[in-house]
Amino acid sequence: MSALTGHPPRREPRSILPWLATPALVVFVGFAVIPLVGVFALSFTTWDGIGTIRPSGLTSWRAVLTDPGLPHALWVTFAVMALSWAVQTPLSILLGAFLAGRQRYRAVLGVVYFVPLMLSSAAIAIAYKALLDPNFGLGAGLGIPLLSQDWLGRPGLAFGVVVFVVSWQFIPFHTLIYQGGVQQIPKSLYEAAQLDGAGRIRQFFGITLPQLKYTIITSSTLMVVGSLTFFDLIYVLTAGGPGDATRVLALDMYKRGFQAGLMGPASAIAVVLVLVGLALALLLRRLGGRDAGASQLEGA
Amino acid sequence: MALSRRTLLALAAGVPVSAALTACGGSSGPGRSGGGATYWYLNGKPQETARAGAVDAFNKAHPDGQIKDTTFQNDAYKTKIKTAIGSGQAPTIIWGWGGGTLRTYAEAGQVEDLTSFFEEHSDVKEGLFPSSFGAATVDGKIYAMPCEAVQPIILYYNKKVFDQVGVEPPESWDDIMALVPKFNAKGIAPFSLGGQSRWTNMMWLEFLFDRIGGSEVFQAVIEGEKDAWSHPDAIKALTKAQELVEAGGFIKGFSSITADSNADQALLYTGKAAMMLHGAWSYGIQRTDGGDFVSGGGLGHMTFPPVEGGKGDPSNTVGNPAQYLSISSKASAEQKKIAKDFFATGVLQEAEVKQWIDNGSVPIRLGTEKLLAASESADFLRFTYDIASKAEVFVQSWDQALSPAAAETLLDNIVKLFQLSISPEQFARNLNAVIGK
Repeated sequence: MSALTGHPPRREPRSILPWLATPALVVFVGFAVIPLVGVFALSFTTWDGIGTIRPSGLTSWRAVLTDPGLPHALWVTFAVMALSWAVQTPLSILLGAFLAGRQRYRAVLGVVYFVPLMLSSAAIAIAYKALLDPNFGLGAGLGIPLLSQDWLGRPGLAFGVVVFVVSWQFIPFHTLIYQGGVQQIPKSLYEAAQLDGAGRIRQFFGITLPQLKYTIITSSTLMVVGSLTFFDLIYVLTAGGPGDATRVLALDMYKRGFQAGLMGPASAIAVVLVLVGLALALLLRRLGGRDAGASQLEGA
Repeated sequence: MALSRRTLLALAAGVPVSAALTACGGSSGPGRSGGGATYWYLNGKPQETARAGAVDAFNKAHPDGQIKDTTFQNDAYKTKIKTAIGSGQAPTIIWGWGGGTLRTYAEAGQVEDLTSFFEEHSDVKEGLFPSSFGAATVDGKIYAMPCEAVQPIILYYNKKVFDQVGVEPPESWDDIMALVPKFNAKGIAPFSLGGQSRWTNMMWLEFLFDRIGGSEVFQAVIEGEKDAWSHPDAIKALTKAQELVEAGGFIKGFSSITADSNADQALLYTGKAAMMLHGAWSYGIQRTDGGDFVSGGGLGHMTFPPVEGGKGDPSNTVGNPAQYLSISSKASAEQKKIAKDFFATGVLQEAEVKQWIDNGSVPIRLGTEKLLAASESADFLRFTYDIASKAEVFVQSWDQALSPAAAETLLDNIVKLFQLSISPEQFARNLNAVIGK
């Protein structure tokens, strides 16, 4: 939006440029800003999704904020976010650095690692649900007692399974980002390090990791903000259960809005979700953006 | 000049978007143009075949007033239909379960009042089970046409497993509790349960409430009586349910099993579980999926046994008294006329009645005893018919009888109750808070 007011002096060649943003702006306003305003307005009403919408002031907000379900859903959301970040980031960096090598076999492996990313979340969830079934699943089929746990039926285990499946699905994507990041590191850095007698591990920690700083921030932003909207996978895999052990904020919103027909409270949760997402994105930008002027060739 | 060019550009950019927006709005709902009525219902064989057959037969007989049908999966439909009705995109004929959901539609003025239709067509009304009209009636007015089959909840058991362990089917709650360790000792789960679907656990409470305290206990909830869930008999019923869970009454991992995948049914016919409390529709599934389980006489069925010292009439049953068809008040006059024609001359006609019976269901049309007796599932059908026609009280499934908001709280807390993560008293407290909502 600031583009519209920018660069007044250079009139002739630039004047058309702000207009090029119009299509994107119209889509953004139509599909993001207007619904957001709508949801914000709905959060001050009582509506069952069918009858008339009645303004009701802060009733919905009071109901949501006093419900012990909200802190629990927030806790589950942040726990999934933190754990899946902690699992995905190191694995993705290592895999990315490994696949950045030019050897032929690594390219072949890269294709194999990429497969989970091509499957839809619903398909992944259905497949894992079938594999983890305590009575007809993998463990029961192969007769391995260790595998025939009540994977999705116990709160702790179900939570672990969700983190595992999310990581399984998204590690390929982040690996791809890190692979690109590693390939952009100048070769001269490694050559210099080799001359100085640094081994592979020393090179990884001394050159690769610091050089990947901005890639890590990008990838982490995607993971953290993305994990706020995990819905399809969890909905199909556990439906938020057992009980509410895996009920993340997005699922809580859906259940209240579309299953219980409480659109007011559901909209209030949606607003909370937007605020949390914005705050996190801002925080991550700050983390990376503070020293934007600093050298990108850290460690060089 | 420059201004008009800009305006043009803006317009050019804006048009495709607004076109896309209207396209989105239009594609999700059935077009109101094109004349004929629209009808949404559930898919899944064998029931889908009977539903589609009735529409086809009607369309053949009425070339000038066609019905266009669209099918949906059960759980997807429950949200889809609410969204469609709320956004004014409802089909002409709305398939449903009656009860609390129908009440929200009726109170919002979204469905037609059919009281006068049934006065005009008293033959239609008199041809159906009288008990099926309860869940179609809101404040004395009829808002839906009962259809399809009566579906009480039945206690199924695997006869082979009972022979193998050398025990008899339970005749009381104490028998059930005594059977639990006997089956567990042989590595067989006493009861199959698709606990992730939530309403599956609810069927247990429906029966326990009724057998222990009689139908008045839940009726008080429906009538919005304060603290109705804290009734001593309610607490007793909730405690009994938890005792069964604690004793290992249900299959390992029940809270992650869904009924939509029929995994709970498979547990019974594969002999991994000895018994299962489920709807009458389960019979058709067992027969289709279970190989020779049903035809070989492996499937036993009985009503839920009485509980010692309970006040409930053991003939009482719970379940779905029928399925229901309503007419959207937003439909055109022509569409409403087609829909009413369909209700009067297209629903539960001879061919459809026969199809429901072949599926192993008891259609809600009166006077089908001969057809039921001639069916290959005669024994089961006779049993279902007797339950449905002789029940002193036929309690509608709780989640359908309550409003959607209260039903969601109920289902949520039922899961927690079966996980033993809340006590019966906490359960009652949580539900007392949504009485009358």
